[in-house]
Amino acid sequence: MKLTIYRYDPDQDERPYLKDYEVELAQSDRMLLDALVRAKAQDDSLAFRRSCREGVCGSDAININGRNGLACITKIADLPQHVTLRPLPGLPVIRDLIVDMTQFFRQYESVKPYLVNHDAPPERERLQSPVERDELNGLYECILCACCTTACPSFWWNPDKFVGPAGLLQAYRFLADSRDQATSERLDDLEDPYRLFRCHTIMNCVDVCPKNLNPTRAIGKIKEMMVRRAV
Amino acid sequence: MTLPVRRFDAIVVGAGGSGLRASLELSRANLKVAVLSKVFPTRSHTVAAQGGIAAPLANSTEDHWHWHMYDTVKGSDYLGDQDAIEYMCRRANEVVVELEHMGLPFDRLENGKIYQRPFGGHTQDYGSPKMAMRACAAADRTGHAMLHTLYQQNLRANTQFFVEWMALDLIRDPQDGAVLGVTALEMETGEVSILQAKATLFATGGAGRIYWATTNAFINTGDGLGMAARAGIPLEDMEFWQFHPTGVAGAGVLITEGVRGEGGYLLNKDGDRFMERYAPNARDLASRDVVSRAMTTEIKEGRGCGEHGDHVLLKLDHLGPEVINQRLPGIREIAIKFANADPVRDPIPVVPTVHYQMGGIPTNYLGQVVVPEGASKEAVLPGFYASGECACVSVHGANRLGTNSLLDLVVFGKAAGEQMVRDIAALPRPHRNLPKDAADASRARLARLDGATSGERVDAVANDLRRAMQAHCGVFRFPEELVKGVEMVKAIAARAARTSIGDRSMVFNTARIEALELDNLVETAMATVVSAEARKESRGAQARADFPERDDANWIKHTLWYREGNRLEYKPVHLKALSVETFEPKVRSY
Repeated sequence: MKLTIYRYDPDQDERPYLKDYEVELAQSDRMLLDALVRAKAQDDSLAFRRSCREGVCGSDAININGRNGLACITKIADLPQHVTLRPLPGLPVIRDLIVDMTQFFRQYESVKPYLVNHDAPPERERLQSPVERDELNGLYECILCACCTTACPSFWWNPDKFVGPAGLLQAYRFLADSRDQATSERLDDLEDPYRLFRCHTIMNCVDVCPKNLNPTRAIGKIKEMMVRRAV
Repeated sequence: MTLPVRRFDAIVVGAGGSGLRASLELSRANLKVAVLSKVFPTRSHTVAAQGGIAAPLANSTEDHWHWHMYDTVKGSDYLGDQDAIEYMCRRANEVVVELEHMGLPFDRLENGKIYQRPFGGHTQDYGSPKMAMRACAAADRTGHAMLHTLYQQNLRANTQFFVEWMALDLIRDPQDGAVLGVTALEMETGEVSILQAKATLFATGGAGRIYWATTNAFINTGDGLGMAARAGIPLEDMEFWQFHPTGVAGAGVLITEGVRGEGGYLLNKDGDRFMERYAPNARDLASRDVVSRAMTTEIKEGRGCGEHGDHVLLKLDHLGPEVINQRLPGIREIAIKFANADPVRDPIPVVPTVHYQMGGIPTNYLGQVVVPEGASKEAVLPGFYASGECACVSVHGANRLGTNSLLDLVVFGKAAGEQMVRDIAALPRPHRNLPKDAADASRARLARLDGATSGERVDAVANDLRRAMQAHCGVFRFPEELVKGVEMVKAIAARAARTSIGDRSMVFNTARIEALELDNLVETAMATVVSAEARKESRGAQARADFPERDDANWIKHTLWYREGNRLEYKPVHLKALSVETFEPKVRSY
């Protein structure tokens, strides 16, 4: 298998370049991450993040032939023989395939991604019906890999002002939680020309999410909530 | 050259479930706390836990903490410390309800309470054939839901994180051995600092990467164990490694025991539901060590499935697409991706796979690290705490029950945090003086690596280590294999000291990180194989061909392995509980 990989080490390289790797695959190598590990065995200076290797930790999001995805759950069999790997677009590169995710996490933090409930906690669990709980499906599963946000042109233009699909998905995760009491503060915070309304339903986020989540729908629901509260 | 020194009240190394539960306690007490993690917190391996967290909430079946305690003691094959087990089971409801209050999206019953499912070894009424529904679940993503919830609460509490910082070595006071902090490497810059604190907690997780076939993440390299061992602190009960019955054959990825909790079962090549022969009552929900041995026996005796007869099948299609999609959606995803099998129709090929380390850094149930000193086998080591998988409290003894791991993380993370708050309050305000040689050990390790122009590749040595452990210290253990395993790991340890790396950059040098991790893998593997070779009995996850029986007369005791000279010591098991009668050892059958 041939991999062409974006390389950049600010310590030694004046500018980024692409480097070709020819990797010999074993039968047990199923996923693109296996091929990356093979490439690193040839050249240990190749830097990328990885951890769980099963698509739940969100470490190894990269741009694969122009499309964001997780290396560990991208099947080699589904890829062409020649694959070009680049860091996620729209974020500063630290080195090789490793990007600086500060801006991404700052936006995530900005939506206050935690349950707010001012009532004294009861002795036992707060009750929530299965129907109420089902509202959280498709939201809480986000792994913060940043595939969606870094595929979003609105985020590329305004990474400091637009929350981006991942952050907005989490904003809605708490708006949708029957136990949360901060609905109006959360909506106030997003009622802004940039934070929410820079989403132009381009839907790249939906297209690339490796967990099959739908941030665009969540953003639509937030907009609906705003409309409902305005009338 | 002097290194930068940063001072805190408390340091937490590791940002998984246990570290984050502890840091929350510390932040809420308005202490200055630093949490270090090799990865962004939500990438920690807690994220991969699937099936649930145990708590006798009795939402679906009658339940009691004392029944849970009995199951845990029995599951541990009577090697667990009964005071710690009582402590954990008594606090289970409290910590799980707290997680719910923090926002953890547990599945729900029609009446709005937390959904609970059965899990292996969890019974009603002290081991009766009736299973207890004790595992509180968020679909099959309980660990993910828990880790994100805890991280979110830490954001709220303004915990200070040092993300992508790797702790390298412990710093101890030469006067009394007290722990003063750690040296740590900032991965982005390659710079080393000293982080000093009045209380240092290790919550560094497991080391499943010492084996070839593992459910564990790349990051699970036993860093806390390596650091403790190099600092002269013994490791407890390292011979006990849990092989999870259902790792995807060939890939190692975990398939939760919750599949069997929901009604799935195992089949051999004859379509025989073989667990009925090994555990007539609990069948597929017997303890993990029991199921893994049964599977290995089936495969060894020629009843394995597939072209090479090297796995068995996990059948769940009879649960129907509704249950699978509602309760086990993540499993379906994994099976399709990693086994080319859609469990709605096809069984999943599975094989026992290394999953969890029962042993670790010795602590008491307050999270304080305890070591032999003078007449005491368990003297508190000032300033040092451990919790979660890297610690040996010991609540899991020789075998852990499913869902007790997430519980252990939260109960003892919280307990350690509480104890640290108390201890810090009792200490004088200024920090102690650091010894002049505080960073020498770390510097020497880095200097060797940076200076090595030739030597073996790190991945070659690490892979040989994993193969050696897999072949010589597996589900069943054989005397000559163990002896040979010790020799092989010694030889590999010598090779690990002579590696070299090609990457010379200071910026995010992952080759350097992997070389530093190899040192920790080697310590962990050595502790494991030496302890296993010395324990001449079968108990829980240690199954020896030459000593097939449990030997209560001689071996109800904890192993302590010291790096120096590969020395072993033993200490008694706490058979006395906190407030209830001891559960006396008896024959363990399911």
